[in-house]
Amino acid sequence: MGLFNFFSKEKKAKLDQGLEKTKTSLLSRIGKALAGRSTVDDDFLDELEEILVSSDVGINTTLKIIERIQDRVSRDKYLGEAELNTLLREEITALLPEPEAHLSQDFNLPEVKRPYVIMVVGVNGVGKTTTIGKMAYQYKQKGYKVVLGAADTFRAAAVDQLKIWGTRVGVPVIEKGMNADPAAVAFEAVKEAIDQNADVCIIDTAGRLHNKVNLMNELSKIKRVMQKLTDGVPHEVLLVLDASTGQNAFEQAKQFTAATEVNALALTKLDGTAKGGVVIGVSEQFKTPVRYIGVGEAMEDLQVFNKHEFIDSLFSN
Amino acid sequence: MFENLSARLEGAFKTLKGQGKITELNIAETVKEIRKALVEADVNYKIAKTFTDEVKAEALGQNVLTAVSPGQLMVKIVNDKLQELLGGSTSEINLNANPAIILIAGLQGSGKTTFSGKLSKFIKSKGRNVLLVAGDVYRPAAIDQLKVLGEQVGVEVYTEIENKNPVEIAQNAIKHAKSNGFNVVIVDTAGRLSVDEQMMTEIANVKKAVNPTEILFVVDSMTGQDAVNTAQAFNERLDFNGVVLTKLDGDTRGGAALSIKSVVNKPIKFVSMGEKMEALDVFHPDRMASRILGMGDIVSLVERAQEVFDQEEAERLQKKMSRNEFNFEDFLSQLQQIKKMGNIKDLMGMIPGVGKAIKDIDINDDAFKGIEAIIQSMTPEERRKPELMNGSRRKRIAIGSGQGVEEVNKLMKQFEEMRKMMKTMNKLQGAGRSMRGLPFRR
Repeated sequence: MGLFNFFSKEKKAKLDQGLEKTKTSLLSRIGKALAGRSTVDDDFLDELEEILVSSDVGINTTLKIIERIQDRVSRDKYLGEAELNTLLREEITALLPEPEAHLSQDFNLPEVKRPYVIMVVGVNGVGKTTTIGKMAYQYKQKGYKVVLGAADTFRAAAVDQLKIWGTRVGVPVIEKGMNADPAAVAFEAVKEAIDQNADVCIIDTAGRLHNKVNLMNELSKIKRVMQKLTDGVPHEVLLVLDASTGQNAFEQAKQFTAATEVNALALTKLDGTAKGGVVIGVSEQFKTPVRYIGVGEAMEDLQVFNKHEFIDSLFSN
Repeated sequence: MFENLSARLEGAFKTLKGQGKITELNIAETVKEIRKALVEADVNYKIAKTFTDEVKAEALGQNVLTAVSPGQLMVKIVNDKLQELLGGSTSEINLNANPAIILIAGLQGSGKTTFSGKLSKFIKSKGRNVLLVAGDVYRPAAIDQLKVLGEQVGVEVYTEIENKNPVEIAQNAIKHAKSNGFNVVIVDTAGRLSVDEQMMTEIANVKKAVNPTEILFVVDSMTGQDAVNTAQAFNERLDFNGVVLTKLDGDTRGGAALSIKSVVNKPIKFVSMGEKMEALDVFHPDRMASRILGMGDIVSLVERAQEVFDQEEAERLQKKMSRNEFNFEDFLSQLQQIKKMGNIKDLMGMIPGVGKAIKDIDINDDAFKGIEAIIQSMTPEERRKPELMNGSRRKRIAIGSGQGVEEVNKLMKQFEEMRKMMKTMNKLQGAGRSMRGLPFRR
């Protein structure tokens, strides 16, 4: 799980079992690169560059981090491993946007008018429907009343997939079948959520590549149509990114943000070998916080992202 | 699809323009730029490094003095190297067995099921009798998804709803294929992470049990640095025969293709680029390399056109054109043929010089909808005799099609121009007419 090696103890234990991925994690690689050094030299910076780029952090973000370190070193006179560790931690911390105050960390809904509406968007195959299933489970566990909207009416059997999740978790799924107008489904779902006094309504949408303008317009429309029912919805527009995605994630964030004002990110499939480093740059550039991370196949395998835990785990020994 | 990488490389070459010859000094910046461009394009860090080192060594070598311009020389060296990296020659899918068994493997969400549907259609169109097998027993509704796709392309889907054992399902499916005259079996499988020991063992067992003729590793073209690790892990367990790159209709730079090819040394056999079941192409490394360098891919375009265009229909049209009898009915049928070829932007992108120009322009796949609506609002007689169209007919058609009268007029004008052009072309040359004079609006 590389970069994001920061799970609560019992979950971590489960994930670590047999995987030994920490060997290649960013943490241990940086640690190794740091070990025994008393100066920041070109060798170290080259190594740091390779570590960051190989984690999909991207050239620009990598160079930014390296430049800042060079600056700080020439100013503060680097002395030892511990200081360099602190320095790196500070620089990466500075890149990640502060978590929003109203989004608490344990699947607690903020104090807004109910239902709290979450619209989930992303390219094909990143894990939107699975993430929604897991979210529904987590929010339901917290005692919230959840309604799901099956607005992916395009991909073969997508409605069925969400319905299976609905049954599994025990939450209602509002659907109008395949090929229905997704905006109408979203409208209906929010309306049902209002009528049923639900706390949270999560809308699934079809995966779409961000360079297809007509499909992106459709997303804007889905959002607009929901707003006819009540102001301020959707409260959360969640862009789902696949941890294995490379630099294209920037374009995804750009286009989806333009179409729907994305205000939260979910990073999925972190239980694989992909490091998901691109999220650092994306999060920084668009000032969009990472909200959830997917770490496995089971219903429980979705966690709320915590920046400070993340940094701690990245740099603790 | 690789426009971005081409653009970056062109940018890198710019710094060389106007230089007399390549020297250690003036190439340094270019080499750095190429490397940066490759890494930004998601080519693996180490592979990009090796690649640029080799480019540099060659550039500084024997050809320097004879080079007309260093820029041209660099284009050639990079192009050759890219071709080498991408694999040299074309590699087709092996169906030499009865039944030929194709096993599909890859990560979650890479596009295996969609690709399986496309592949079944592709092989069916070659006249084979194909059976799809729903081997993803884990993801909710994955079986239904394959069933829907199978129905769309007219291919039977073998399922065992209650059975949770993919090895058994695959074995039973092959028995079913043998006794029912299927000669190609495509086994879709669940997505799995390369570090999931249990799941990797499972797919290795499927392989052992059915002894596939061909194992294809499906990978999302948007994959970043991890492409190398995943491809390597799957290759170690399955020793797959080829790679399938999906979602190439996006704007990813597709560096993963270069990384995977060079790390597992297996050919990329297909590229998949759209949600339509036709949007599948055989991979041609040579074309892809020139495409990366912005030289277009005219050959693919022509081949795709040939596949979809009904030969008889084309001949019929050609005759009509030569007699100047081309009418709105023919026009409508031609539009429908074009739509069958897939995403219009992809098609345009294959034309040399166009790819970069339309990078940021959105070409609506529905661009022909208005035209179709207008033609469909005409009476059969009007369609056959465009000269009938007077003011009141145009007005009626405008109302019927929900378009403005000016749209109808524009179409009439375009149509007349097209007829004129056909007449001229008839005089000028013979073959290939049916492809020309199509109004890509604006």
